[in-house]
Amino acid sequence: MTALLTIAGVSKRFHGLVAVDRVSCDVMPGEIFAVIGPNGAGKTTLFSMIAGALKPDEGEIAFQGGRIDGLRPDEICRRGVARTFQIVRPFPALTVEDNVMVGALLRTADVGRAAAIADDVLARLDLADKRDRVASSLTLPDRKRLEVARALATDPKLLLLDEVMAGLRPTETDRMVAILRELNAQGLTILLIEHVMRAVLALASRVLVLHHGASIALGKPADVVREPAVISSYLGAEAL
Amino acid sequence: MMRRLVGRVAPRGLWLLGALLLALMIAPHFANDYVLTVLILILYFSYTGQAWNIMMGFAGQLSLGHALYVGLGAYTAAALYVHFGIGPWIGLLAAVPVAMAAGAIIGFLAFRFGVAGVYFAILTIAFAEFARIGFDHVAYTGGSAGYFLPVAQYAHNDLWNLRGAPIMFYYVILALTVAAFVLCRLLLRSRVGYFWLAIREDEEAARALGIDTFRYKMIAVVISAGMTAVAGVFYAFYYNNLFPEQVFSIARSIELILAPIIGGIGTLFGPVLGAFVLTGLSEGMTDLLHALGFDIPGAKQVFYGICLLVVVVALPDGIWPWLSRRLGLERRR
Repeated sequence: MTALLTIAGVSKRFHGLVAVDRVSCDVMPGEIFAVIGPNGAGKTTLFSMIAGALKPDEGEIAFQGGRIDGLRPDEICRRGVARTFQIVRPFPALTVEDNVMVGALLRTADVGRAAAIADDVLARLDLADKRDRVASSLTLPDRKRLEVARALATDPKLLLLDEVMAGLRPTETDRMVAILRELNAQGLTILLIEHVMRAVLALASRVLVLHHGASIALGKPADVVREPAVISSYLGAEAL
Repeated sequence: MMRRLVGRVAPRGLWLLGALLLALMIAPHFANDYVLTVLILILYFSYTGQAWNIMMGFAGQLSLGHALYVGLGAYTAAALYVHFGIGPWIGLLAAVPVAMAAGAIIGFLAFRFGVAGVYFAILTIAFAEFARIGFDHVAYTGGSAGYFLPVAQYAHNDLWNLRGAPIMFYYVILALTVAAFVLCRLLLRSRVGYFWLAIREDEEAARALGIDTFRYKMIAVVISAGMTAVAGVFYAFYYNNLFPEQVFSIARSIELILAPIIGGIGTLFGPVLGAFVLTGLSEGMTDLLHALGFDIPGAKQVFYGICLLVVVVALPDGIWPWLSRRLGLERRR
């Protein structure tokens, strides 16, 4: 099986600080791939390079066989890679439905059709009853789901989630986990950056662990969390 | 198209809109010449406000140099008429593209090189100022001494050449205002409208959703410039004289944006309502102060300024969002 997303020897430096250091990995179609690591490990930098917000200094990123590193974020999205933001960025003055319609309009010029797509996506994310609310009036858990809904409306093949569980209470986390699992069951490939280990263990088929920009472990979540390097750098001694 | 036009509007809103339109249609038959001139001014500002609103209210790009597009439209059409006898309607075919090209140049420079926010606003002022100073030295269009269209007493209203009585100009600008309103409504309810709002709200998030923000900002500035140029053509043929110092002055640019700001940026009724309130206030103030015996020079400007201040402080989103809530016109499904 060929990989959906291939990251090959990607590096990024900021004024001598190596944020991401020759990281390589493949994301297979249909999997949920997680990137974890302590603060400052380079997770978000890696994420930004995949999404087109940053250009790698070295290495290549390919999606469905075509190189995407260095493309603009909108071009990458049009190829089928949608993202969310760590600090959610809904369009505050627009309604929930209009927010999602913006995403849907990427694939159709027909506003009525986009509204139908938006309604469908909102139903899948438990937001249907809030569709006429202004986005700025939503609570954080709702905004997080709106962020996912909007990205999903662009009909991506790969969904990039940047700490979508951060700040959620355990019940909300479980709800998000259930939603993401459902989306994945319908064939969506997901790459997530996550701090909430509970969610990572529940969702991910494979985990990449970054530390100081370098990849220190890659494998099944249950195996990765037992690796000494991961425990010492990230999980902490108490996890033993 | 009809559904896009009236879909999701409260029925009461449609009735009010119809009543307003009817009132404007028959108004000239009850108005004296003075009131008619005021109404023309109101509609003129409704129209230009609507055009400016596409950039600021929809796409979130603050232009403080829209006088440039008025002036380019006015001078292009006037030059064609004076030198070649080409009427304003054909003149539009040149005036609109000229303004659109100017908008495209400004937009390209700004959006390609990441000039945004206040810096973009300053760039728009700069171009209007270039034009003002430049046209002062263009002898072909009269330079700083002004450019005049031939005026004569016309026995009948010549709509083809826009020569005639104020009532003809009134209906022309009314038609333009209605057309601009409908066009903006259609744009807002189409893909480009949604993309503009997304860019206005959060450009980076818009880009992450696959929107080519450069392209859609360019579309906004070009449409807005073209629409504004139409007002310029009207201006030239209505006033019959053009002075670079007046036409391109920053005061003119500011004047154009007051109606949508007071009425409600980003709303369709804002520019119309704002134009009524501002022009009505400005004209009414003259009469009121005169009646009260306040004939001190500058008193009108001071009171006008205070009124604006009160509106901006009390209703920072403009009058229309507040009024539409009051009238029960909130959007519903």
